[in-house]
Amino acid sequence: MLHSKSVAFFVGLFVFVGICALFFLAMQVSNLSSFNDRESYHLIAKFENIGGLKVRSPITVSGVRIGRISNISYDKNNYEAIVEMRIDAEYDTFPTDTSASIFTAGLLGEQYISLNVGSEDEFLAPGDELELNQSALVLEEIIGKFLFSRAEERASP
Amino acid sequence: MKFEESPIFAIFERLGSKAIGTLEKLGRSSLFLMRIFCGVFELLRRSGLLIVQLYSVGVLTFLLIAISGLFVGMVLGLQGYTILSDFGAEQTLGVMVAASLVRELGPVVSALLFAGRAGSALTAEIGIMIVTEQLSGMEMMAVDPIKRIIAPRFFAGLISMPLLAAIFSMIGVLGGYFVGVGLLGVDEGAFWSQMQAGLDFREDILNGVIKSVVFGCVVTWIAVFEGYDTVPTSEGVSRATTRTVVHSAFAILALDFVLTALMFGNL
Amino acid sequence: MEKMQSSPTDSDDVVVIRGLSFSRGGRKIFDAIDMDIPRGMVTAIMGPSGSGKTTLLKLIGGQLYPQAGRVVVNGETVHELRNDALYNLRKSMGMLFQSGALLTDLSVFENVAFPLREHTALSESMIRSLVLMKLQAVGLRGARKLMPAELSGGMARRVALARAIALDPMMIMYDEPFTGQDPISMGILVKLIRELNDALGLTSIVVSHDVQETAAIADQIYVISQGKVVGQGSPEMISRSSSAWVQQFMTGAPDGPVPFHYDAIDYSTDILS
Repeated sequence: MLHSKSVAFFVGLFVFVGICALFFLAMQVSNLSSFNDRESYHLIAKFENIGGLKVRSPITVSGVRIGRISNISYDKNNYEAIVEMRIDAEYDTFPTDTSASIFTAGLLGEQYISLNVGSEDEFLAPGDELELNQSALVLEEIIGKFLFSRAEERASP
Repeated sequence: MKFEESPIFAIFERLGSKAIGTLEKLGRSSLFLMRIFCGVFELLRRSGLLIVQLYSVGVLTFLLIAISGLFVGMVLGLQGYTILSDFGAEQTLGVMVAASLVRELGPVVSALLFAGRAGSALTAEIGIMIVTEQLSGMEMMAVDPIKRIIAPRFFAGLISMPLLAAIFSMIGVLGGYFVGVGLLGVDEGAFWSQMQAGLDFREDILNGVIKSVVFGCVVTWIAVFEGYDTVPTSEGVSRATTRTVVHSAFAILALDFVLTALMFGNL
Repeated sequence: MEKMQSSPTDSDDVVVIRGLSFSRGGRKIFDAIDMDIPRGMVTAIMGPSGSGKTTLLKLIGGQLYPQAGRVVVNGETVHELRNDALYNLRKSMGMLFQSGALLTDLSVFENVAFPLREHTALSESMIRSLVLMKLQAVGLRGARKLMPAELSGGMARRVALARAIALDPMMIMYDEPFTGQDPISMGILVKLIRELNDALGLTSIVVSHDVQETAAIADQIYVISQGKVVGQGSPEMISRSSSAWVQQFMTGAPDGPVPFHYDAIDYSTDILS
């Protein structure tokens, strides 16, 4: 190997650049910087219709993301969807009458849960269930309601 | 005419013998791969061989990958902007470019380019060594050519592929940034923040890396095996080189579908 | 066919072949042949092209396995050896391929040093001395920095020979060493084969169909044809052989037991139809 020193140098450079690229992708391109195993606790919310909600969809309060959905399942006895939420441990001061609503980010964006803070004195403990939750708005139902109300308007002079 | 002489029989017979031949080749190549993996310990001792191969397989493909990545990223930025502006969603350009690259285009396109440039070079090199009896000579000198010649090249390809795919994706994202933010006026903050919010490390980056490792393994395996298995004539080597590129392309695209279905199918 | 003792002194044989049968692609290449290669002498194996001479070397070296019979080298049955033992045995066998089989990306020096680097842990200076000694023996010490692509065919073979003796083997096999060489190169190779054999106490097996050159240096000749040994003995005995086939081969007559015309139908029928 006549030029083994420069060969080794370029190989080292290549591997270095490659690892930097991986790092760049991890840091700049993905959400790794906000990905950490912070301590968290679970809360439950049941909905009639979760729309397009997915596991790992964000949970926000006042627009700030405080956690993610960890599991979605179905209660076959009450015919409701059960959403398990993983909330960062530092946000543990939600009153027991806090409720959850499903909103859509932008017009066509992904769906997320927004918590409406209540007014009780006691706070939710890990594993508690949120009451009176607002299900996702289903487009067909809205259109149906709109058409129905328009038809009513026409009918009553 | 007896049934054995009818043309239908001949078609089936050809199909059958081709199938048997393919299975036999698959078996041979699998045994070959096992022998390569057995050579990994020796390779750790003689890392000099690996470094030389990393240079010829990885470093020399770098320029091709970088330039291709740049242009692919820029085209994504341009084309993506055009399409997204119909929905008023230009600010999501960052996510679109990055997701396309990291999940699909990075691993797949860089693997295709790698197969064309490094894969065919490996096949030709090993094929010529077969033709000139260098590998046979090595065997008679009590040196196992699989450990000495084949294994370094295989592992060099395996290591290079994910690095090259990452470089492709990174430069592609930067290319998209240059076109989107620099030329077309997408908001810089939106570009990066939407991207960071939209791409998950585990699901997107890591899956992309897994894809490129799988592609690297398969492409390099095909390349070294076709070289080793070649008919020892000059025509044989040229056919083997062509086969490497074609079979690699099929394998990459088929595996991409399978992996994508496994990784992203349930989203 | 009676076996005649050509050299009474060496009764210890390096290679003993008994009942060897080998077929490839449906064609029987060897049909239960017996051979004894005595130690310290040059044994030639001659025969027409395609008679499987190279295959025989591969069978001795363990690159091919016989369908029947045994090949015993230095007391060990080659095809029954495990991988490590086989590789060990090969270190004591040198082989000179028809094309030289030099590694094209290494210089002449590096090529000869290759077996030393792979199998020994000698220091660089020791390796350098050994390589220069081997190159000196074949007369190419001054060519050590050339690349194989810059060598003529004859020079490449001499480098390959230097490489083959790098580990001081006990036996060297030459696969068609004289084919396609000009008279001077041929003369050099002939001289080298004989001198190295005597100087280093080697056993040489030369596979060739160059009758004159081979007969000049061989102590014992085996003539094989169509999978069988048709002649065996010292060069003088072979030249006086009663077999018509052997006579045709040794004298190079165009027609005889091996016919001039390839099998075909009657000439007048073919032309006039």
